[in-house]
Amino acid sequence: MAKALKEKTPVSESQPAVSIDPAREPIVVVDDLHIIYRVYGSGGGRGNAATALMRVVKRENRPQMKEIHAVRGVSFIAYRGDAIGVVGTNGSGKSTLLKAIAGLLPPAGGGVYTDGQPSLLGVNAALMRDLTGSRNIVLGCLAMGLTPEETKKKYDEIVKFADLKPGFIDYPMSTYSSGMGARLRFAIAAARTHDVMLIDEALATGDAKFKRRSKAKIDELREDAGAVFLVAHNLDVIEETCNRVIWLDEGRIKMDGDPKEVLKAYTDATGK
Amino acid sequence: MNGQSTESLAAFAARHGLKQSAARPPLRMYVQQVWQRRTFIWNFASAKTTSMYTSSRLGQLWQVLTPLLNVAVYFLIFGLLLNQSRDVTDYIPFLMTGVFVFTFTQRSVTAGAKSINGNLSLIRALHFPRASLPFAHVIVELQQLLISMVVLFTLLFAFGEPPSFFMLLIVPTLMLQMCFNMGLSLVLARIGAFTPDVQQLLPFVLRTWLYASGVIFAIPAIAQERLKDHPWLVELLKANPGSVYVELARTSLIESYRTKDLPKWGWADTHLWWYAVAWAVIALVGGFWYFHRAEERYGRG
Repeated sequence: MAKALKEKTPVSESQPAVSIDPAREPIVVVDDLHIIYRVYGSGGGRGNAATALMRVVKRENRPQMKEIHAVRGVSFIAYRGDAIGVVGTNGSGKSTLLKAIAGLLPPAGGGVYTDGQPSLLGVNAALMRDLTGSRNIVLGCLAMGLTPEETKKKYDEIVKFADLKPGFIDYPMSTYSSGMGARLRFAIAAARTHDVMLIDEALATGDAKFKRRSKAKIDELREDAGAVFLVAHNLDVIEETCNRVIWLDEGRIKMDGDPKEVLKAYTDATGK
Repeated sequence: MNGQSTESLAAFAARHGLKQSAARPPLRMYVQQVWQRRTFIWNFASAKTTSMYTSSRLGQLWQVLTPLLNVAVYFLIFGLLLNQSRDVTDYIPFLMTGVFVFTFTQRSVTAGAKSINGNLSLIRALHFPRASLPFAHVIVELQQLLISMVVLFTLLFAFGEPPSFFMLLIVPTLMLQMCFNMGLSLVLARIGAFTPDVQQLLPFVLRTWLYASGVIFAIPAIAQERLKDHPWLVELLKANPGSVYVELARTSLIESYRTKDLPKWGWADTHLWWYAVAWAVIALVGGFWYFHRAEERYGRG
């Protein structure tokens, strides 16, 4: 890991220098952040026992073990009230960056400094498909760190917002249509107020009616939150909701600034 | 944006009181955080228990059938074929108690070793003290154990065991065992998170431990007959935590074992409680401390 860093440290050269605006209050500071994933995959090399033994004898790493340098020296400052859109092609490190800001992925180098606890608007992982919707609401709320009392208070609000067909709340989530599941997940995730809110592709769910309502909900959450990060492939959504856009490319910041400018450059470059 | 400055970003962040996102909280605060998450831990465990058998046709009935089948297999092989029963007055209650109690530790440790790597998506999506996961997995096993205990008591009475107040001692026994299991699965959760190979090795270690803990054979009888010349080995077998909790459960539940078998071998049972408490405290405190030391690194591997 340390070796990989040394090779790639003078990376920030491609990134625009970060300027500090003393008049505004920072809420997230990302300082030369590096994130490296370690992936154990299949494939790569002959996978029989004899070669595995030879590797152990020669003290080599498993060839299947790949280190993915997903974020390579990103620095920026987010100020209170910012709504920052993050764009980039698939695999450019957008989701990884968000997870790192949330403190969910430990940095391999550099650091993320925040005021309050940033939280990812993503509760999917805590839900269990075999359980009923109502049970998942309780589980999801508790997983996000709500107290049992708060969970009870929010319960009706979530059911109402998810707007499932009558009776479905008592069926297992595995019986839901994909749209219904997405609505319930979004409803649960949005039940909490956040200091720094990180939204990863949450807007692309549900039908047109639900999209309108979820956008209203996000605007409402934005007013409570100190700052919002939004990852979306739908550039219209970003243009409408954000006051600043960061363009990530290969784990580095390619551009950072006014939405119109950045989005135009991004569309030109990717040929959309 | 204006106002270029030479101040480093880290210093700028510190000046505004921003804190590192992925920092590990101090141990005291960490204990508090885990305690605050107790409802989540319990709910997560119950949800796991409920969803565990939903895909099988008999559903929750397997919670009762699994331990029964386990006992049946051991009885067939060790009770009937190998005739281990000669040492103990009531062999079937002896065997059942041993299997049910040891299974609790065995399954907790196995689940603990998988608890981080099996929940990576959860770790990478939400913020919570990671120790919640091994704890929740031990609670899942505790819920299974409680069902096993209902089965065990029913069978004990069916085999003619008289009800007595001694049986109440099973409650502190199992509570101490739970603390021990939690500690051990915290240790294995950390090892398993960074060295997943442990999961392949663990079944063998646990099976060896099962035989060394006197779940199937009466260790005191063997100690008296064959290990007379190795007193240190006998002391080691006495201190073995696996054996300690099994023997405690037996002395509290089976009258003939308490009044006839153990005195016959001169294997006093007062040492058991000391060992039980000591193991529970050492494992839980040590395991928690050990797990906490890598808190910020879970989820990378």
